[in-house]
Amino acid sequence: MIAFGWRQFRGQALVGAAGLVVVGVVLAITGPHLVSVYDSAVAACRESGGQSAVCNSNPVTITYRGLQYGVIAVVLVMPALIGMFWGAPLIAHELETGTFRLAWTQSVSRTRWLLVKLGLVGLASFLAAGLLSLMANWWGSPLDAASPDRFGAGNFAVHGFVAGGYALFAFALGVTAGLILRRTLPAMAITLAGFIAARFVVTDWVRAHYMSPVTFTQKLSASNTGFQLNGPIGSHATASVMAQAPGLPNAWVYGARIVNDAGQSPTTAVMQQACPNLGTAVPPPGLFKKGGPGTLGSHSTTGATGGIQDAFTHCINTLSANYHAAVTYQPANRFWTFQAIETALFVVLGLVLAGVCTWWVRHRIT
Amino acid sequence: MIEFHLESRSGVSPYLQIVQQVRQAMRLGLLHDGDQLPTVKEVVAQLAINPNTVLKAYRELEHEGLASARPGVGTFITGSLAGESLAAHGPLRRALQTWIAKARRAGLDDESIEALFQSSFRSAADEEIA
Amino acid sequence: MSAVLSARRLGKRYGRKWALNECDLDIPSGHVVGLVGPNGAGKTTLIHLAVGLLTPSAGTIEVLGNKPSDSPAQLSRVGFVAQDTPTYARLSVADHLALGAHMNPGWDAEVARRRIEDLDLDPKQKAGTLSGGQRAQLALTLAVAKRPEFLILDEPVASLDPLARREFLQSLMEVVVEQGVSVVLSSHLVADLERVCDYLVVLVSSRVQLAGEVDELLASHHRLIGPRHDVDALPRDQHVIEESHTDRQSTLLVRSDGPILDPSWTVEQVDLEDLVLAYMGQAGLSTRRRRNPDGGKAVSQLDVVR
Repeated sequence: MIAFGWRQFRGQALVGAAGLVVVGVVLAITGPHLVSVYDSAVAACRESGGQSAVCNSNPVTITYRGLQYGVIAVVLVMPALIGMFWGAPLIAHELETGTFRLAWTQSVSRTRWLLVKLGLVGLASFLAAGLLSLMANWWGSPLDAASPDRFGAGNFAVHGFVAGGYALFAFALGVTAGLILRRTLPAMAITLAGFIAARFVVTDWVRAHYMSPVTFTQKLSASNTGFQLNGPIGSHATASVMAQAPGLPNAWVYGARIVNDAGQSPTTAVMQQACPNLGTAVPPPGLFKKGGPGTLGSHSTTGATGGIQDAFTHCINTLSANYHAAVTYQPANRFWTFQAIETALFVVLGLVLAGVCTWWVRHRIT
Repeated sequence: MIEFHLESRSGVSPYLQIVQQVRQAMRLGLLHDGDQLPTVKEVVAQLAINPNTVLKAYRELEHEGLASARPGVGTFITGSLAGESLAAHGPLRRALQTWIAKARRAGLDDESIEALFQSSFRSAADEEIA
Repeated sequence: MSAVLSARRLGKRYGRKWALNECDLDIPSGHVVGLVGPNGAGKTTLIHLAVGLLTPSAGTIEVLGNKPSDSPAQLSRVGFVAQDTPTYARLSVADHLALGAHMNPGWDAEVARRRIEDLDLDPKQKAGTLSGGQRAQLALTLAVAKRPEFLILDEPVASLDPLARREFLQSLMEVVVEQGVSVVLSSHLVADLERVCDYLVVLVSSRVQLAGEVDELLASHHRLIGPRHDVDALPRDQHVIEESHTDRQSTLLVRSDGPILDPSWTVEQVDLEDLVLAYMGQAGLSTRRRRNPDGGKAVSQLDVVR
């Protein structure tokens, strides 16, 4: 049965393997160049004693920009493709063409037939996507070294091996949809929609709860805060103050809040009292420039001159007596734990779906 | 070895057709005492008919004493019909010709004669069975 | 003789429509059974119930003494060829034989190899490029080489040209002689089955209308032609299946166990096709009024069906 399962899967497996080889070759050719660009910039920075522009912005981040986006796209999309092209047709194609009437009247039970196909192609899905992800990570390591943010919400999915878990889930979802709907094309559509929905739900609402985040406090100062007016400049509108999250490399920062020891944010009354002039001071020309990296609020006073600057500094100094910035984040060293947890979550979801399929084939298909 | 053929629309049941074809072959001298009849497998592979039909025909031939089955080997012709040519039934033939002449004189046309013969033949056959 | 297929009040429902209803059958082993009926009568439903691809909504069915199930033991005793002989279009003939070998412990590779050779099939050819007749023979090979006790074929020759049809049936009969399998094959045309079947089941409008050995059915049904008769006056052991009357003449198809004694009747044999058609008509399928060609008024059988 395993031999026959493999024979049926062979064509699709070859396409997948060919794709992996093509990607692998492209990455292998361009990878060493990336490394050398990175290394030269690091050396140049060291030689200039930390003064050179490359110390802040390693040119590797813009090398092969298009290819970078391409690699990210491929790793993001591959699990969905696996779900749609390996998962959805697995049973649906047999139901559509009637070959299930041949397959289910040999001397192998339907359950065993299904489990062999699920196991074989499911394993292939997990390995293919996981391998692709690891290859992409190997290639992108100079980029990650220059701009360490792999734990961030947008980057997490394309780092590590979690794509393997996604692919296994998408595959199982595809098989289930195909089994229940009995048609390949609608099953592909449902698989895509369901996969995207699951990824969104987990990324936005579930991942943050795998482990309780860590909090650390930071003294308020003008260099790590900004403010926002609740009305136009020049009116007597009140202001709210925000803290800027520190740049913690490879950590996942949830955010920074300004709170007192009891955990409360400054009330409007407190703000009126501590920062009365922010809304009335005439802004000097050139105040409103685009904020630098990490700016949360609409206005940063960095580089501003005159009235606003003094008003704001006074405001912050007053507040810092009772308030501080509380930064919640997941430390960088939890990255692999989170990868493992999310992979396990999706694998378990995939196994649950496989169980649904098995039950359906035994009891509902007739 | 002889081959059988089947006329689906002849109104004669298939097994009887086989029996008749064997008898005809024996009369014509195509089958002699000791010749082997085609195996059941060969017959069905050629005619696409139910094996039981062939078995029934061969049993009927055995019953008539014209063949005998040797288990594991096949079915073989025993006896012969070569002498049973139409010429051997002179008296019967002449009686029949007389009757036909009588029927003509009574005014029956060809079809009426045939119809009369068929219905008498059938009721006689039914009486034999009953 | 034991039964290969037994059904008691078997029924299968889809929503509110019964595809098969109140089906009672006892098909004996050692026969080639024809399952005849118009399209939509329930033949495929009955067959799928027998091979375990469907479960009954009502009643019971037993095949070779067991409920049709998913168990390898039961599956290996029944060979099945589905309608339109599904095969994997992109796999070769040899791949299909490998399927058979891997998925059937009772697989007889020699039987399979010899059949493929006799049929002149190229093992490397993809099944999708085979002709209809070749695909049917491949499907039959798959069903036969696992040495089942019982073969079920759903309309195996429906879409084959006459030569392919004849060759398929020759091949099938050879298998019956070689392996001694019992066979059920379905068709909507009696002509396909007449030569090969010695047991007949007629299925019309989801119900069994007639079942029995062909010889016995032919011996017990007669066509009666004679002067106009009142059918109510017929002897009780004569059951009218089909009747047609003009003002002067009656033509009846009757089932009777005893001899027809009334001398006013001309008694004729009925052939299998007319017999099946008569039972289909009795099931209320015919909606045409039949007119006597010389203008006399004929009475539609629907008018007098009791």
